[in-house]
Amino acid sequence: MATFSDEIRTIKSSRMRRKEAKAGLIFVLPWVIGFLVFTLYPIASSLYYSLCNYKVIKDPVFIGLDNYIALFRDKTFIDSCKNTLYMIVFGVPITTFVSIWIAIMLNYKKIKGTSWMRVVFFIPTLVPTVVACLLWIWVMQPDSGVLNTVLGYFGIRGPGWLASPIWSKPAFILMMIWTCGNAIIIYLAGLQDISDSLYDAAAIDGAGFFRASISISIPLLRPTMLYNVTMLIIGVFQWFAEPYIMTSGGPNNSTMFYSLYLYQNAFTFFKMGYASAQAWIMLIISMVIIFILFKVFRFGETEMG
Amino acid sequence: MNIKSIRKYKVKVVINRAVIYLILLIFVLSFLLPFLFLLTGSFKTTSELFSVPFRWLPKTWTLDNYRQVFTKIPFWRYLRNTLIIVFFSIVSAVLSNSVIAYGFSRLRWPGRDKVFMIVIATMILPYQVTLIPLYLMFTKMHWIGTFLPLIVPGFFGNAAFIFLMRQFLVGIPKEYTESARIDGASEFQIFLRIMIPISKPVLATIAIMAFMKAWNDFLGPLVFLGDDSLYTLSLAASMLRSKLEPNWELLLALGVLMVMPVLILFFFMQKYFIQGITMGGIKG
Repeated sequence: MATFSDEIRTIKSSRMRRKEAKAGLIFVLPWVIGFLVFTLYPIASSLYYSLCNYKVIKDPVFIGLDNYIALFRDKTFIDSCKNTLYMIVFGVPITTFVSIWIAIMLNYKKIKGTSWMRVVFFIPTLVPTVVACLLWIWVMQPDSGVLNTVLGYFGIRGPGWLASPIWSKPAFILMMIWTCGNAIIIYLAGLQDISDSLYDAAAIDGAGFFRASISISIPLLRPTMLYNVTMLIIGVFQWFAEPYIMTSGGPNNSTMFYSLYLYQNAFTFFKMGYASAQAWIMLIISMVIIFILFKVFRFGETEMG
Repeated sequence: MNIKSIRKYKVKVVINRAVIYLILLIFVLSFLLPFLFLLTGSFKTTSELFSVPFRWLPKTWTLDNYRQVFTKIPFWRYLRNTLIIVFFSIVSAVLSNSVIAYGFSRLRWPGRDKVFMIVIATMILPYQVTLIPLYLMFTKMHWIGTFLPLIVPGFFGNAAFIFLMRQFLVGIPKEYTESARIDGASEFQIFLRIMIPISKPVLATIAIMAFMKAWNDFLGPLVFLGDDSLYTLSLAASMLRSKLEPNWELLLALGVLMVMPVLILFFFMQKYFIQGITMGGIKG
């Protein structure tokens, strides 16, 4: 399509084009410098350190794959992987389920006055992480906490939550759900792109809210889901502040998550090489997961044409 | 559809609506309760805070917890430290990302879109990969124990912000800048006089996201600050919590003081918060 500006572009002398390219490079120069110094150099040295015995006080000594081999024999590392996997297998789907259904209900045209509810669901994401941690320690107090008090009203004796090796991870899942406001907002934006005529047609066919949501909203939300699920999984791998502040990995390493153990190795035990190997395993795992997710969700798209 | 089935459908809608309201209300309450607990808890006396069974509202409202925040800990110093980092984060985010995004969107140069793919790729790079080398690098530069590691990298752009700004700039029609360019205006003049004024809404979004990121940041200060006198509010709160016998009433009051600025900002600039999230932003 030849527009007026395209014609101008063709007339433009190569001298002007060169000038533009030069300007472009000057504008992106800060990023280039930052990328080299704060990203590329660290990535390269992290890979090198992961192959070294590096305890900070002495220079790194190349030891090949020994850190990686040692990691897979490290019980705490295996535990941290299991715990992180637990959050991905249970926490991510539950949070996704809750946030999608809240968004669908908020979007339901026959429900009025939901705008204040949207604000309520969003408020927890505004609470600074550290404050949220302090807050949830209290909410989940076994005896005097809000959660067990409310459960008590229904005759349920609440567990010890963060103090119990079995219930500590579900406790973190509750907290994960509590901060899903971002995802709800993104799902709502996705739902707004779905045309009303689809729902009208479904209503004529006699489909109720539930039926219409299952067969229209959820399939059409697939790209949005891909984004949110990817973000959640990356989030779980990078989960640090919550377990660090609330449980320090306990009880019995039941909340020793991947990033927390990585941090401990690096900044408590100063095993920089060992921790770098952990970081690289994490990079590879998260890339594989993202790749699989894209495959799965893309595969679903084709059947819809 | 006959009359009977229409009536049946209408009844179904009414029941549906009631059920949905109920479910939503339960969720609203459970999302709100922890937050309300923080508010009321911050006004409770020590003995009431630990009382079993749990009390929803304090019997005697006290401001003592807040008084403690201002007298027992160097609150103003922590606030000042946080604000220094927040200030530079906002300034650097607005300055650097608008310049960089302009170079990635309005100007053509060979290989531009390939390089931009690298920018996108850095968004999913886990920070753990770069954290350790950065720590070692900043140690060698004697930057540990200063604000510099938390401030300086911001001046070299942030992938998510570059992406956000670029999305906006790409959408501006060519005609906006073409006439100025023919008039012989330099790229920098075009950027400053034409692009910056139209980009105000995105820049506001970026400023807010940079604020949230710096205000909430925990890991950065934990790794890089070291010195007690440089602690931010978040870091100070976590350190006070990890004490053997944490002063909980003080911590709850401190928590309320840390949430309030964000809430106030949200109620005035709601639009920009939502924009930041739906345009592909991630909470820091």
